[in-house]
Amino acid sequence: MSFTLPDLVPVLPEIFLLVMASAILILDLFLTDENRFISYALTQITLLGCAWITLAGSDGQVIHTFGGMFVRDPMADVLKVMVYIAVSVQLVYSRQYIRPRGMYRGEFFVLALFAMLGMMIMISAANFLILYLGLELLSLSLYALVAMQRDSASAVEAAMKYFILGALASGMLLYGLSLLYGATGSLDIGTVAAAIHQGVGDHIVLAMGLVFVVAGLGFKLGLVPFHMWVPDVYQGAPTAVTLFIGSAPKIAGFALVMRLLVEGLQGTVHDWQGMLVIMAVLSIAIGNITAIAQTNIKRMLAFSSISHMGFLALGFASGTLNGYSSAMFYVLVYVLMSLGSFGMIMLLSRQGFEAENLEDFRGLNQRSPWYAFMMLLLMFSMAGIPPTVGFYAKLAVLQAALQAGLLWLVVAAVLLSVVGAFYYLRVVKLMYFDAPKDTAPIVADSDAWVMMSANGLAILALGILPQPLMALCVYSLQSIQHSL
Amino acid sequence: MSLGIPQLSLVIWVPILAGVAVLFTGSDRNAALARWLALLGALAGFLVAIPLYTGFDTLNPGMQFTEMHPWIETFNINYHLGVDGLSVLFILLTSFTTVLVVLAGWRVIEKKVAQYMAAFLIMSGVMNGVFASLDAILFYVFWEAMLIPMFIAIGVWGGPNRVYAAVKFFLYTLLGSLLMLVAFIYLYHVSGGSFEILDYQKMPIPMVPQVLIFLAFFTAFAVKVPMWPVHTWLPDAHVEAPTGGSVVLAAIMLKLGAYGFLRFSLPIVPDASHMLSGFMITLSLIAVVYIGLVALVQGDMKKLIAYSSISHMGFVTLGIFLFNAYGMEGALVQMLSHGFVSGALFLCVGVMYDRVHSRQIADYGGVANRMPMFAAFFMLFAMANSGLPGTSGFVGEFMVVMGAIKSNFWYAFFAATTLVFGAAYTLWMYKRVVFGKVANQHVEQLSDIGLREFVILALLAVAVLAMGIYPLPFTEVMHASVNGLLNHVAQSKLY
Repeated sequence: MSFTLPDLVPVLPEIFLLVMASAILILDLFLTDENRFISYALTQITLLGCAWITLAGSDGQVIHTFGGMFVRDPMADVLKVMVYIAVSVQLVYSRQYIRPRGMYRGEFFVLALFAMLGMMIMISAANFLILYLGLELLSLSLYALVAMQRDSASAVEAAMKYFILGALASGMLLYGLSLLYGATGSLDIGTVAAAIHQGVGDHIVLAMGLVFVVAGLGFKLGLVPFHMWVPDVYQGAPTAVTLFIGSAPKIAGFALVMRLLVEGLQGTVHDWQGMLVIMAVLSIAIGNITAIAQTNIKRMLAFSSISHMGFLALGFASGTLNGYSSAMFYVLVYVLMSLGSFGMIMLLSRQGFEAENLEDFRGLNQRSPWYAFMMLLLMFSMAGIPPTVGFYAKLAVLQAALQAGLLWLVVAAVLLSVVGAFYYLRVVKLMYFDAPKDTAPIVADSDAWVMMSANGLAILALGILPQPLMALCVYSLQSIQHSL
Repeated sequence: MSLGIPQLSLVIWVPILAGVAVLFTGSDRNAALARWLALLGALAGFLVAIPLYTGFDTLNPGMQFTEMHPWIETFNINYHLGVDGLSVLFILLTSFTTVLVVLAGWRVIEKKVAQYMAAFLIMSGVMNGVFASLDAILFYVFWEAMLIPMFIAIGVWGGPNRVYAAVKFFLYTLLGSLLMLVAFIYLYHVSGGSFEILDYQKMPIPMVPQVLIFLAFFTAFAVKVPMWPVHTWLPDAHVEAPTGGSVVLAAIMLKLGAYGFLRFSLPIVPDASHMLSGFMITLSLIAVVYIGLVALVQGDMKKLIAYSSISHMGFVTLGIFLFNAYGMEGALVQMLSHGFVSGALFLCVGVMYDRVHSRQIADYGGVANRMPMFAAFFMLFAMANSGLPGTSGFVGEFMVVMGAIKSNFWYAFFAATTLVFGAAYTLWMYKRVVFGKVANQHVEQLSDIGLREFVILALLAVAVLAMGIYPLPFTEVMHASVNGLLNHVAQSKLY
């Protein structure tokens, strides 16, 4: 029996990450709390190294390895780099927040890195099982991260909810995948696509599998009616972890949908399009309307995330390349906004005080005009008001949906985003129109300050010149064109 | 001529960059610096706008001073600017008004001076952008971006009920504009991937989409004008806004709605515009007559002027949808004139409010005894608001009534009632506030306007009188473009 080593070059970022994560795990055992910074720095260095390896190997080619189970294409490269950036930014924001909360430990960084490994595997999966493995690696790391603040009852409750519903979703997804396997006889995404194209397999079984897959995806993305875990987990988890859940995994979620529905099941686009349309419009409606009633900003942003995921689904629902690249643009923009807004909550928090109520933003303009301005940009971007980048994200998705003939859906989405504008405006109102209730000075490390400024100004700069990011999205998806 | 200088970019970006610079002066310790920098920025903004008028070719009905750069290639969106006779004067009006607004807020605004001045400078550049955009998305970006500084201006420096007014203002206008965005996206796909307004104007469109597009545009522009019955945000916004905010709202923002009808509705969907002109004229006449009557019973001066604005804007939309040269030029003149007159009236109310801190008519009386110079200016603007010949208010109203007569006697009849109602509510308010005996302690202690206020009001008075006595320099600019638009609208786009 001969054994040939698979081509390892496309997997180098993952291998490097795994080695480094394990090394940090061991090294951290020998560190005291005083020099915990070493773990943090090593984590950032790992991210930098991953980015370098990914970029150095990126040549615009589609390369399969591990017997066709793993793929490296432009989309994977771009999404991975975005994931590195998101995780890196998240760690910068978190450092000051987790220290007084007993989470400044090696596990935090190692779990974050393993979660990231899961995302990278999802992004590069060319096989249903690999996709599922990546997803589980991500999910298990996130469950542990949510529960990390052991003495916080709400965090433990959130972790429990997240775990149970997440496991249920994984089960659904897996069941759907097994039905797809039954219908097409393969777990390989390319083979499944070809089989569907040739009309192999029972359509009923296929549709049945598809329903479970879409439901599983709906759970993972947090789309109505599978959204119930989102508000509780966002609110209950420590903000640093909420930030984590609300940012990079959304990129992986985008990749999940791309690999499953587009690359694998584009042949059944008319079946899943309808489901996504319903989920999209319900998510936008329920997300936006329920967000109005919230007083906790983390919970409000959770509902806002549901409505944003609805827009993402709207991009997918158009079923065209135009729609997919719009969805990709949307998710990247959303991650940028999500990082900034949860980052802001952490900046305003301090030892023994969580700035998690809307009230805590009262009079921010008087306490710190700069932070207030950054938050203003973030909120207007979330609401989709130009000249912030959020507008172009909405524009891209809406034009793709309209092109696909979903006129009434577009009108509904537009009307509901007026509802959405209300609660974003309320944050601006609290910051600018009201007098501060809390007058404690805002202490932030200079790295967090720089990051927040860069984050906010990126929203504005990309709003004035969105072309590079849009072109990047179009570029990354060119290689999947053949599967349409 | 242009000498390769991007003049339209200058009128947009000079105020915006000046605003950003003012923002960086920071806290109120540097308030004086912020004020002077803002004044400098506003003056620079006005100076760069002047060549647009002096270099304007009045015989050319097309776009002038055009600039075109690719902006978002993915969606074929261009940074495409240009002005014609319909828009160029509004850029001048905007830049001019900004100078006045900066001066008007000089003393009164004491907290967050830098932010106040910056908001108005940025707004000025953005509004110039709305008038100069020839790309639908560029237009939309400016159109919406304008809301942010205005929202902040009303909410931070406004009156007691400012939060309600600011949010209402924002959501009302956002709702309208988003439907316009859907129309743009639809046109983008139908036109085969273009966001050029000029392409849309040439493109044939069947009747049903025309009507839907018209309605989408209608929601955006009618809210902005505002037309009856979607006007209710305006009295709230006007009353609560600081003086500068009211002036900008009345003088420029309302014009944007009417400008939208001229730039988008009429040329892009002419058949639907013709078909629905009866509907538009009816709404306009309701605004003229009914809102005129509503203005009559107001006890709050700002509210009265706000309702008077709605009524006057009814005249503008009436003129636009008459589809004749008198009506349309009258509407444009009325827009400009109303820009000066309503701005001036809000400034006058501001002058009194700064001293007495009340806007109620009942709190005044006999102001003329203590502020004779102010009373004279106020008189002039009140007369202009009621359409006295010799003031700018007369020219536009007269032209629109002429246009209406050509079209239908009853249109003209109802439109002409404004000459009665307008005079009634304006002069009655003037009488109660200014004439008679000194009413109370507050009025007793009034001091007349200082140099700064004199300069502001004098500039406006000159504009109002110049336009009333010799309107040709204004009308000759718009002539060619109005005729071009009317010829364009006369041709059906159905196929």
